Amino acid sequence: MTTVTLAGSPVEVDGEGFFVKPEQWTKEMGEEIARSSGIGQLTDRHWQVVEFMRKTFLETGAAPSIRALGKTSGVSIKELYELFPKGPAKLAAKIAGIPKPRGCV
Amino acid sequence: MEKRIVILGAGTGGTLMANKLRRRYGDEHTITVVDLDDRHVYQPDLLFVPFGLVAPNGICRPRSKQLRRGIEFRIGEVERVEAQANTVHLADGSALPYDVLIIASGNVLLPEETEGLTGSGWGTNAFTYYTVEGAAALHKAMEGFDGGRLVVNIVEMPIKCPVAPLEFCFLADWWLQKGGLREKTEIVLATPLDGAFTKPVASKMLGDLLERKNIRVETEFATGRVDGEAGKLVSWDDREIPYDLLVSIPLHGGSPYVERSEGLGDELGFIPTDPGTLQTKAAPNVFALGDATNLPTSKAGAVAHFQAETLIENVERFLTGKPLESSFDGHANCFIETGFGKALLLDFNYDVEPLPGKFPFPVVGPLSLLKESRIDHLGKLAFRQVYWHLLLPGRRIPTVSAQLKMAGKDTRLIRAEGGTP
Repeated sequence: MTTVTLAGSPVEVDGEGFFVKPEQWTKEMGEEIARSSGIGQLTDRHWQVVEFMRKTFLETGAAPSIRALGKTSGVSIKELYELFPKGPAKLAAKIAGIPKPRGCV
Repeated sequence: MEKRIVILGAGTGGTLMANKLRRRYGDEHTITVVDLDDRHVYQPDLLFVPFGLVAPNGICRPRSKQLRRGIEFRIGEVERVEAQANTVHLADGSALPYDVLIIASGNVLLPEETEGLTGSGWGTNAFTYYTVEGAAALHKAMEGFDGGRLVVNIVEMPIKCPVAPLEFCFLADWWLQKGGLREKTEIVLATPLDGAFTKPVASKMLGDLLERKNIRVETEFATGRVDGEAGKLVSWDDREIPYDLLVSIPLHGGSPYVERSEGLGDELGFIPTDPGTLQTKAAPNVFALGDATNLPTSKAGAVAHFQAETLIENVERFLTGKPLESSFDGHANCFIETGFGKALLLDFNYDVEPLPGKFPFPVVGPLSLLKESRIDHLGKLAFRQVYWHLLLPGRRIPTVSAQLKMAGKDTRLIRAEGGTP
């Protein structure tokens, strides 16, 4: 576990940069993570996914999988990959300030 | 007072729960089990069908014959569960009122949800062995296979028995060597995971084993579509994997009635369930076990078997008005066939990942954990008889406990962040 500074405030993250304490997150931090991961400016579509992920995590204690995102977030899987190249669930979780989505067992 | 217990599904979990309940209560309560058909498949043997090691009809028996006398078995489709009214509605219009409902309806395969998978080539050079018919058809195709690219693809998690695709690769390596075709065949495992398995120590060991057997692993491959005409898989991020023979493990979802039942399942049709008590979130008198749940443990028969130990006590506690016990620890236990008459064994739960060691007794075993051995293979084969004659009838399996035991496990390999002792 390490402490990094995001948008001027110290934040605890795990070895891969995922938030350990989601309550430390702010929108500005999300924007900063997006810039440093090569996504650049977040659009409304990005925010729709990020906010959906955060809401789901805070309500259920688990981040949704890509498949669940495609079914319930209002954004198709194809578009998810366009918005968040490589790994949409992981990247959106990082920007949303929630822990890494757990792979199923 | 007589209570009505209804069980949806007569697979591993439903059958053994029905038998355990009947043993405990006799005629005191009525037990009704519902399933779509009367064919119980010993699913671990599906893996062996494509290689001609078992015959398809040898792995099926009537569901009705696995249930103790006095249990009512109904063949029919569930239309929906109305949890607020304590009633199951069947497609034929009849209603089954219950005092306790146990959901053990497992999951269904959804190959049609992946674009192109059931199109051109499906049944010709693209198969799944997760069904009896699919496994039998794949066996025919394997017999006619003369080399090329054999691609095993997990479309997306969760799947039943997450190690089965690895076992298929190991057995294919053995089978192709035996037939003199290994030199002419490239075996590729395309997985959405970032390694061979979901847990770090086992993932590393299984990854090494795949490498030694010259099986290529394409990780983080999120299958977007299948192009049957061109014979290739295409990922959502436009990576392509060409194949001559495709062995697909399609998307899994809950039973279709779950979606039709208000407040019962999640968006994939799995049942949100308490990880320790196995009570569902739908209602206090609705419980679930096996593949049907949304729990973060393997979808496998061994898990349903361990869950049954918790569930039988909690049904009793519920019926007698006592608080439920949170005793299920996520325990899973599986043999992994690795080819050439060997296998290895995994033993893990919600918190403890699979580790090397001996099982069930420290030092003497006789089974080895996370290490290939001849005796683990014999254990896997012997389990067929254990399944039909001990597990399904709801008898206790000697020496194997429902909760995971740390004795005999080598804990030195656990990574710091693994969260285990």
